[in-house]
Amino acid sequence: MALYSEKVMDHFRNPRNVGIIEDANAVGEVGNAKCGDIMKMYMKIEDDIVKDVKFETFGCGSAIASSSMATELIKGQPLSEVAKLTNEAVAEALDGLPGYKMHCSVLAEEAIKSALDNYYENQA
Amino acid sequence: MKVYADNAATTMMSPAAMNVMIRCMEEDYGNPSSLYSIGQKAKETLELAREEVAAIINASPREIYFTSGGSEADNQALLTAAQIGKKKGKMHIISSAFEHHAILHTLKRLEKDGFEVTLLDVHEDGLVRTEELEAAIREDTCLVTIMYANNEIGTIQPIKEIGAICRAHQILFHTDAVQAVGHLPIDVEAENIDMLSASGHKFHGPKGAGFLYVKKGIPLTNLIEGGAQERGKRAGTENVPAIAAMTEALKEAVANLQANTDRLIAIRTRLIEGISEIPHAALNGDATKRLPGNVNFCFEGIEGESLLLLLDDKGISASSGSACTSGSLDPSHVLLAIGRVHDVAHGSLRLSMDAETTDEEVEYLIRSVKEVVEYLRGFSPIWRDLMTGKKEFIL
Repeated sequence: MALYSEKVMDHFRNPRNVGIIEDANAVGEVGNAKCGDIMKMYMKIEDDIVKDVKFETFGCGSAIASSSMATELIKGQPLSEVAKLTNEAVAEALDGLPGYKMHCSVLAEEAIKSALDNYYENQA
Repeated sequence: MKVYADNAATTMMSPAAMNVMIRCMEEDYGNPSSLYSIGQKAKETLELAREEVAAIINASPREIYFTSGGSEADNQALLTAAQIGKKKGKMHIISSAFEHHAILHTLKRLEKDGFEVTLLDVHEDGLVRTEELEAAIREDTCLVTIMYANNEIGTIQPIKEIGAICRAHQILFHTDAVQAVGHLPIDVEAENIDMLSASGHKFHGPKGAGFLYVKKGIPLTNLIEGGAQERGKRAGTENVPAIAAMTEALKEAVANLQANTDRLIAIRTRLIEGISEIPHAALNGDATKRLPGNVNFCFEGIEGESLLLLLDDKGISASSGSACTSGSLDPSHVLLAIGRVHDVAHGSLRLSMDAETTDEEVEYLIRSVKEVVEYLRGFSPIWRDLMTGKKEFIL
């Protein structure tokens, strides 16, 4: 029995949307090095739609896979949909995470929410 | 290419030991406690193993008690010393901060029973200081338990000196030698060791067999009550095939000790040299006072579990002290004990080598570690902050 699902391993080995967006208008960073996980999300939002999203992650396999999957789930989506993203949806899309790794999906949700907050602050 | 670099976790079984195990299961299936000939034949195999194990560590056969492994031996040694101490009103134990959990968790249990525990600092080099041991000794100290060699960073403690100090103060000295037996020469007499734990699968023997050496005259406390096996101190029908196979593996390890040590030191030296070329990487523990096959590094800006998974994809089996691999939120207590901060302790890699590893495999290991560390740093937000000066390098 493998530690992770095939989906998790696929997103871990071939993470989607890796990198940074130089002219991002929404950036969110969550986690800390002490706990061993940091996720940073960069988004380019235009007309209330996530035109582009990229991430950088310091963390374990499921943290990298969760970041990757979360970017896939929100890319091209209107902000109204992005705001509804839950960690369960991220974990489900990965065909599940081991119980003690669920916090990785929580971090992915929080990173996106943090980027959204940053976007609205920038707008204000 | 496949490289097994996790020999401190467990080892591949020696073919000779496997043969002994199979022969034993076929021929010596009798119960050593039975009086008929096949039972007595199994008994002979068992007692021959005891003699051979004893001779290897310079003990007498009556001082060897076979156990299920290192953890059981550690538990029994500590509870025995505690029992003796309690009777004399001595309720203080000295150990070190980076012992194996078989020791640390047993000490926690003893603390609940009213014992006081002092954990010696292991300093940045992963070595206890004998003067600090001297200073920690009290009137009511009943036991000193210090591991022979650390399982994560491989550092070898000044066992002989520690033993001499304990002997001078008439305090029992136990050492968890699970990583040392079969890898380092051990002489319980010369090193003043009162109790010593060992585990068969760390030196190419089978899992489920180990032993506890207990100096003559120390009354053992049972963990398992029942029949009169192991002189009444460890009940349960003896695992004769595993004990015989462990003994065969130990004899083999000791016969090749010098050659294996020379080869492993050459491998270790090359690995340390090669991996040190990675920027912002640091070796954990003293560079030479360590097990010949142990290499342990911290890399800044990456996390250990993802490192291990990517190495696994390259056919390399290794281990890490990151929180994610320990199943807890904290990274390895060993790395924290030598002063590594959480941020870098999460990015650790342990390679524990076998003498059979080829030069080609060693070079492949170095290349693979370099590639994976560089790849992971490529999208690590910490690494970016370090490189852009937003954060200061620790290593």
